[in-house]
Amino acid sequence: SAGGGSEDMQWCFSQVKGAIDDDVAEADIISTVEFNHSGELLATGDRGGRVVIFQQEVENKSVPEYRSEYNVYSTFQSHEPEFDYLKSLEIEEKINKIRWLPQKNASQFLLSTNDKTIKLWKISERDKRPEGYNLKEEDGRYINPGNVTSLRVPVFRPMDLMVEASPRRVFSNAHTYHINSISVNSDHETYLSADDLRVNLWNLEINDRSFNIVDIKPANMEDLTEIITAAEFHPHHCHTLVYSSSKGSIRLCDMRASALCDQHTKLFEEPEDPSNRSFFSEIISSISDVKFSHSGRYLMTRDYLTVKIWDLNMETRPIETYQVHEYLRNKMCSLYENDCLFDKFECCWNGNDSVVMTGSYNNFFRMFDRAQRRDATLEASREHNLPLQLLKPRRVCTGGGGGGGCSKRKKDEISVDSLDFNKKILHTAWHPNDNIIAVATINNLYIFQDKVSDPDSADDLSASDMMCTI
Amino acid sequence: MNASAMDVNTEAKRILAVSISKLYASRSQRGGLRLHRSLLLSLVMRSARDIYHSAYAQAAAEEAAAAMDADKELEKVSEPLVKSPEPEKVELECREREEDKEVEEEEDMEDVFESETDSEDKENMNPSRHSRKRRGNTSAAPDFLPSKRARLEPGEERHAVLLGAVVPLGAMGLGSCRVGESLNAFSINRVAMPAC
Repeated sequence: SAGGGSEDMQWCFSQVKGAIDDDVAEADIISTVEFNHSGELLATGDRGGRVVIFQQEVENKSVPEYRSEYNVYSTFQSHEPEFDYLKSLEIEEKINKIRWLPQKNASQFLLSTNDKTIKLWKISERDKRPEGYNLKEEDGRYINPGNVTSLRVPVFRPMDLMVEASPRRVFSNAHTYHINSISVNSDHETYLSADDLRVNLWNLEINDRSFNIVDIKPANMEDLTEIITAAEFHPHHCHTLVYSSSKGSIRLCDMRASALCDQHTKLFEEPEDPSNRSFFSEIISSISDVKFSHSGRYLMTRDYLTVKIWDLNMETRPIETYQVHEYLRNKMCSLYENDCLFDKFECCWNGNDSVVMTGSYNNFFRMFDRAQRRDATLEASREHNLPLQLLKPRRVCTGGGGGGGCSKRKKDEISVDSLDFNKKILHTAWHPNDNIIAVATINNLYIFQDKVSDPDSADDLSASDMMCTI
Repeated sequence: MNASAMDVNTEAKRILAVSISKLYASRSQRGGLRLHRSLLLSLVMRSARDIYHSAYAQAAAEEAAAAMDADKELEKVSEPLVKSPEPEKVELECREREEDKEVEEEEDMEDVFESETDSEDKENMNPSRHSRKRRGNTSAAPDFLPSKRARLEPGEERHAVLLGAVVPLGAMGLGSCRVGESLNAFSINRVAMPAC
């Protein structure tokens, strides 16, 4: 890989959220991270079914160095563990995905899902309350009506901000298999949910009815060879969706073509390189995430070792392939044994689709600058916690022999054998309009921002200028 | 077998053993069996099985050629050598099926046993092969009684698979299990179908 960390791509530590404790409670393990459409809110979901929403600090938004300060805005329990008595199965409360709805009014809405049930949450602020009731004291005690001598009209007075989350819709009983994706449509009226074998279409207002639009369940389950791993709506065309498969292919479907989109409109697939064939070829070619670019022109997919960029106009092969951690190719047997080979990494685009990011092991995450043809390996670590401290690029050396084979024992170099595979970054998110990123380690959320190049002229830079500096 | 083929064979056995223990472990997982994971496990096992099987067939062919016997004797020798690794796997298959009875969903039981019959094995056919119910050890105790077959711990399973010992076919007492059938019938897809 190219030596990362050119002048163009420099990142600073901003904040870290979560317990410092190394003893991680399973419930606190972060399972999803998502910015809302303005980037002002950042939501995380965890294995315990909890959603925590952070809000960008208003006063600091205009100060470039501190614009990435996020504080807790709301915390609520989205899903609880359930038990399916018919099948004798426990349904985990882990939040698999969160997706924000575009903002229409003062309240914010998001969809959160576990394996079986999707919920629409309304997050609203209350900053005033009525005071001056005739029959009630301020503390709520009732006044004896006989003591009321005059009447007044209650008025709203300011109060300390209270953020309330309430479930507005519960969409359940539509999935036999485990839900892996949800995606809000550009029409802002519908959304899709996908499980291993089916994709369903919902209207946000109607929770007792859902339309099945993709069904790949074979008549005989013994013939099952492929499952759906992720699905997403096109950002602009409300009739177009894609879904990825465990075989490494992506299918694009047009809902105008037919009610049931089992026949794909396009099939994106790259022939396997026969020289790379191994016992584990199927596992590593399984796509773990698929994301449209903001422009809608490109698709990004993540499989175990690579990130691929596809042009929607070319189905035969990706236009770009980036190696995330090719040095793991020789370790696949051990990664299979310790289950790491089943890890599902996500990926994300920056606001103008010029850079993509994904996670790796040892709390490393990777960025690929498509235009500059540069890439960087950075680390989310508590060792670099000074505000605005620059992140140093990391390097993994792969030479053989004792000591890991790092020829020069540089401080920022690490050998493959020293990587900590328990420290994995599966979930990352990029602010839609700015160079602020949220990176989730197992139980911590790191927020980084790009280095403000010239502090003296920082006031003159707008957010869009920031975006271009990458 | 040459050295590298042996290595591959050893790795294949190891991967099979690891996969089987993963499969067992995933049954007690919270949230139920995951279809994706089960599918991937089955694909890995199939790869490993294919390699293991072809390595054994290759070894058998080599040994038979070196024996310098007549053609008939060659056939006699190669068959048991090919079949012998199967009994352990088939035994596991039987136990899998027994345990799967509780977790199988109705709709997936309709297409239970395809008739991939082995014509050489007629005496081992289950007479009730056309019944809808999943077959277990029909020669053993009735369904409502717990199986008396000892459950192997994951470590022991590994040992059993790796042994590859030749067991006389008659001693298996396999009523319904079709000895000699390939690991295809291990059919992880069925195991992978929990109540989902």
